[in-house]
Amino acid sequence: MTLLRLILLRILTTAITLFGVAVIVFVVIRVVPGNPIAMMLPPGATDADIARLQAQYGFDKSIFEQFIIWLGGVMQGDFGTSISLRQPVSMLVLGRLPATLELSIFALVIAVIIGGMMALTGTRYRDTKTEGAIDVTAGMALSVPDFLWGLVLILLFGVLWPVFHISGRISPSLNIDFTTNFYVFESLLRLRFDVWLDLLSHMFMPALALAIPLAAIIAQLLKQSLKETMHLDYVTLARTKGYGEHHVITREALPNAILPTLTLVGVQFTFLIGGTVIIERLFSYEGLGNMAIDAVINRDLPLIQGIVILFALLFTLVNLAVDMLYVVLNPRLRHA
Amino acid sequence: MKPYLSIRNLCVTLKHGAPILRSVSLDVSAGQVHGLVGESGAGKSMIGKAVLGTLPRALHIRSGEIWLDGVDLLTLPLQERRKRIGATAALIPQDPLTALNPSRRIGPQITKRLVDILGWHKNAAEDRALDLLAEVHIPDPARVMRSYPHELSGGMRQRILIASAFAAEPKLIIADEPTTALDVTVQKQILRLIADMQARHGTALLFVTHDLGVVSKVCDTLSVLYAGKVVEDARMQRFFMRPVHPYSAALLAATPTYTNPTGSLKPVPATVIEDVETEVQQHDMRAGL
Repeated sequence: MTLLRLILLRILTTAITLFGVAVIVFVVIRVVPGNPIAMMLPPGATDADIARLQAQYGFDKSIFEQFIIWLGGVMQGDFGTSISLRQPVSMLVLGRLPATLELSIFALVIAVIIGGMMALTGTRYRDTKTEGAIDVTAGMALSVPDFLWGLVLILLFGVLWPVFHISGRISPSLNIDFTTNFYVFESLLRLRFDVWLDLLSHMFMPALALAIPLAAIIAQLLKQSLKETMHLDYVTLARTKGYGEHHVITREALPNAILPTLTLVGVQFTFLIGGTVIIERLFSYEGLGNMAIDAVINRDLPLIQGIVILFALLFTLVNLAVDMLYVVLNPRLRHA
Repeated sequence: MKPYLSIRNLCVTLKHGAPILRSVSLDVSAGQVHGLVGESGAGKSMIGKAVLGTLPRALHIRSGEIWLDGVDLLTLPLQERRKRIGATAALIPQDPLTALNPSRRIGPQITKRLVDILGWHKNAAEDRALDLLAEVHIPDPARVMRSYPHELSGGMRQRILIASAFAAEPKLIIADEPTTALDVTVQKQILRLIADMQARHGTALLFVTHDLGVVSKVCDTLSVLYAGKVVEDARMQRFFMRPVHPYSAALLAATPTYTNPTGSLKPVPATVIEDVETEVQQHDMRAGL
């Protein structure tokens, strides 16, 4: 199969996925009780007022008609106007996306570093007490969900020993006039290291809460594959060539043992993005997830739709990235 | 001639004491091919692994000496032992399909350790690898150096592993059942190749196999192993003419022959096995195991 056909196929499946997500979200949020218009108006508004506003937002039409109108707008890049914030949905959503992306990626980096170190250490000292300790730690980290870790971290490092920020994305006193909302990247480019450090200090706690369960999964799976790889002949052969155990693990075994973990990290990363919804709320972090919760509370239908579609798009993009990495790391797939 | 590899009274046991190798002694001199035969589970592969320091974690060396090029390996600290082994010995593994790292090109798998461990210049290592690949009859060595293992056949991969084993001009090569995983037609070529390379480089070769036919083709001397104990040490010719130990005689008799292809195989008689087992038990009692 040619590369072009593969890419086209991929775009097509992505489009179908997004369409399916759109249909489900559109129907579900209209079926659940709660009237967005009634919530907008002050108490004592007449039924006539409500009906007038509903007609203005198009909620008087059938769900099918509403969907067609909305889809028509989306095709032209118009995701509608937020009911509660009265601004274009696309602008709101894209404005918040960078914050969530930076948080998720930071969390992923932390998870890979912690999980990777645990797996490598556990393999190096396999069948000893060290490995047992790592197994127990990973088991504990995994059996507690991320938002509970969030509460634990707030308690430990926000209240008992306040070394990190536990609220917001950036200290309000800092003067920033950045052109994008990718503050972490832009502060680096502009060499504003004070801003950069302040951002990381704010992100560290929520990112760590998101990262802990993922780190545990990485540690367990990667250690398992590494230990299996350590029995293979080419690893033994490398030992007879005079290489030390450290080199044998990181250079010979790791590149081959990492493939199953990579797939899993891809899948888990999408869960991690989902986890940002609650974690951002917990840490008052101004990202997409926090906005999503407000949108649901306010029954802000256009905004909910926009956010969910964007999340769905993120998920498919992450999966695409994993597939591509897989081909890069595994030469056997390159000719397929 | 002073033996290049000299194993003295090597005892290997499971962590909890069950003996795997019982006071094994053997010598291999430069330019000599020494066969190590025995049935499955006799411990023949474990001897090679003990020398190369790749024993499974569950096993450990209780006592004995392994002299390689005038140094008792067992007195060296682990890191130094590995370096020493890397510089003076090499392994031709059993299964060429799993002995090459699937995510690396062939070239670096031969050259990298010459650079990393032995401090060669990168270009010198590459020239060396090209020469060796040509020497083991690999067509278009330059292309093969850039290939990944999955792009090559089993026979090709075994040739590459042989070339790689000779890369650092080791004084000792341990071939652990190097033809068992290959099909019969390729087996013969590989066997001849190993014998040729050994003769040309004057290496000491310890040839581990369960196949007496193979032994008769390539070896000068051999040790017969039963239950971790060397029951006979002999020169090739004498062994095939007049085996001394009853187990050796029974093993020889169990070899299928061309002259009587329809005749049924003769298993090693139960009484012989019992005799050797008594012998092994007595040995253990003397050793206080």
